[in-house]
Amino acid sequence: MATGSTHTIVAIVHDRPGVLNRIATVIRRRGFNIASLSVGHSERPGLSRITFVVDGDELVADQVTKQLRKLVDVVRIADITGERLVGRELALVKVRAAPQNRAEIIQFVDIFRANIVDASVESLIIEVTGDEDKVTSLISLLQPFGISEVMRSGRLAMVRGMIAGGDSTNVARVMANGSGPTPLVEVDRSGG
Amino acid sequence: MKMTGAQMMCESLIREGVDVMFGIPGGAILPFYQTLPEFPALKHILVRHEQGATHAADGYSRASGRTGVAIGTSGPGSTNMITGIACAQTDSVPMVCITGQVARGAIGTDAFQETDIIGASMPVVKHSYQVMHAVDVPRVVREAFYLAKTGRPGPVLIDFPKDVQTEVGDFVWPEEPQFEVDYRPVLDANPADLKQAAQLIAQAQRPVILAGHGVIIANAFDEVQQLAEKTQTPVITTLLGVGGMVSDHPLNLGMPGMHGVAWASMAINEADLLIAIGMRFDDRVTGRLSAFAPGAKIIHVDIDPAEIGKNVRPTVGIAGDANRVLRQLSQYIAPATHPEWLAHLDRLKKEHPLFVPKGGEYVYQQEVVESLSKLTDGRAIIVTGVGQHQMWAAQLYRFKERGLFLSSGGQGTMGYEVPAAMGAAVARPDKTVWSLAGDGGFQMTMYELATCAENNIPVKFAIFNNNCLGMVRQWQTIFYKDSYVATLYTKNPDFVKLADAFGMPGIRVTKSDEIADAIKKANAHPGPVLVDFVVDPMENVYPMIPAGQSLAELIEDPRLKQRATAGQKAH
Repeated sequence: MATGSTHTIVAIVHDRPGVLNRIATVIRRRGFNIASLSVGHSERPGLSRITFVVDGDELVADQVTKQLRKLVDVVRIADITGERLVGRELALVKVRAAPQNRAEIIQFVDIFRANIVDASVESLIIEVTGDEDKVTSLISLLQPFGISEVMRSGRLAMVRGMIAGGDSTNVARVMANGSGPTPLVEVDRSGG
Repeated sequence: MKMTGAQMMCESLIREGVDVMFGIPGGAILPFYQTLPEFPALKHILVRHEQGATHAADGYSRASGRTGVAIGTSGPGSTNMITGIACAQTDSVPMVCITGQVARGAIGTDAFQETDIIGASMPVVKHSYQVMHAVDVPRVVREAFYLAKTGRPGPVLIDFPKDVQTEVGDFVWPEEPQFEVDYRPVLDANPADLKQAAQLIAQAQRPVILAGHGVIIANAFDEVQQLAEKTQTPVITTLLGVGGMVSDHPLNLGMPGMHGVAWASMAINEADLLIAIGMRFDDRVTGRLSAFAPGAKIIHVDIDPAEIGKNVRPTVGIAGDANRVLRQLSQYIAPATHPEWLAHLDRLKKEHPLFVPKGGEYVYQQEVVESLSKLTDGRAIIVTGVGQHQMWAAQLYRFKERGLFLSSGGQGTMGYEVPAAMGAAVARPDKTVWSLAGDGGFQMTMYELATCAENNIPVKFAIFNNNCLGMVRQWQTIFYKDSYVATLYTKNPDFVKLADAFGMPGIRVTKSDEIADAIKKANAHPGPVLVDFVVDPMENVYPMIPAGQSLAELIEDPRLKQRATAGQKAH
């Protein structure tokens, strides 16, 4: 199923014990391949928001979405791959920083609009935010200096706001306001 | 009103309309059990094993359409229920299972008889709850029954810690299950899909309807029959769809697939339109997917949107309740006829009949089923196990009423038949209930004969006793050159003596001419009774489509060819 394509799926789920376990169970049991998963509080208390990046084609993404939607604790779920969306990843990179390399590292940090969030005699911790390609590029540029730790958040994604005269759907709004199934959430009832 | 958690559970079960439960107590569920005398409306049937409780609840559900309830204690009590829960989940059977759990403070400490049943059952339940406060009991029970029965039905488990059972709180009954926006089954089709489906139906020259378990669950019997009659479209029923239409309806072709009748598989192969209703394109139906229904467009109606496009990509997929969708669809459908197609299928039926052997050294399972069909007038509830007898029952029992065939389809759970028949008999005292078992499956759950004898639950237990695991033996015959590894029983119990030991009459049948008499006796006996049919150990089920092959690669009974050749010589 390694088609090389990925899909971004966003879910709003109840913040209850065992919910992640249920989601993980469906993913494992159905053999879905998840490239990244990130969870955090949403704008509404009691609801968490999950961004999945799924390896696979349309059919795989369709099954992931539909199978997870069957979980009672999943309030909303949608494949937002085709939408105008903002996708970001946060990474923390601890890189060895010998005195003779520091200037060069700081230059890369500037170019990538990253931040140095910790400095010690031996190393720097760099915080970078951006799409996955940008994060990956910076990490590969820092590789030669010696990276001792990397922590990547996985993709966080959100559909862009309404533009004047446009019909872009604000998924964050419709997903969270509890106004019932929306066209986006009910996409593709035909399965085709 | 102040109540203990256990009292709240009983009160809530009564409010949900529960009249009978199947279970077996243990330490962690004891406070609940000790409360039962205060609630005489809740009848409890003490089973012998928790797996039996779950299958009994399942049989009760399938036979009555009401939600069955099974109860067990913590630890092994709860893990023993997993098989029955998985069986109900795969076959979309509504069920509520209540398990005792160690006290809240002991959870996570590996306390005596502590099992994480929520974790262990997670992949095979529709949903589950661990009730952590007595005041939550009414809401949880209300939600559990609602979830079990609505949308695609399934089992819901309630884990009930011991100290929550004794905790006291205010009983507040929620009028409606309090789901926010998260659980809302799609029930109705949208007009665009209906129009497209109607157009495909109008254009079709060789259509077939594939009716699955969903037709029975959604009570869409009449709707399917009306669609079939109005458009003169033949109906093929999956294993769990057997009983979706009376057997002798001229448009009912029967079951396709691995051991389905040849003409049904051929019809799918030649069809230009499949109207699939409440079925999920299981591999036993489709054979090799890439070669399935090569010339057909597909309309797929299912209550579970995830089934649409899972195995087969339909031309039109409609997520919805079979009954409602078919009613909506009927407004778009014009009458049609397909005389050539029906005549062609009729020819196939004559050219590729089932072979029913008679009068051999042993009794044949097929003749037992045929006899049973006649002597129960096609109106008994037939509960089968899994394997050869199951396939012959599906092929040969002629149902004159609908919804009477209960079988473990998706999981193929051997041992389902005995307790499920018990549950069905409790649910439908107006019906004769026959449990059909192989000697293998029978021995997996035969302990529930004790429950039947104790409660005078009048199940007729038929054993198709071939001293082997017949279907597995058949595979060894055909695919493993007669290498019978671990399939032959060299010393089975004496089942007639066993019946006697359990406290019911037992009849042994070793010759064809004894079949009818034994069935009549069993039917006439007011209580449970066992009939041990000693059957041919080497008989194979045909037709057969080997796993992974296409429907076109169907193997027919070799005796049909011999008979045809002999017939030609005679002319």
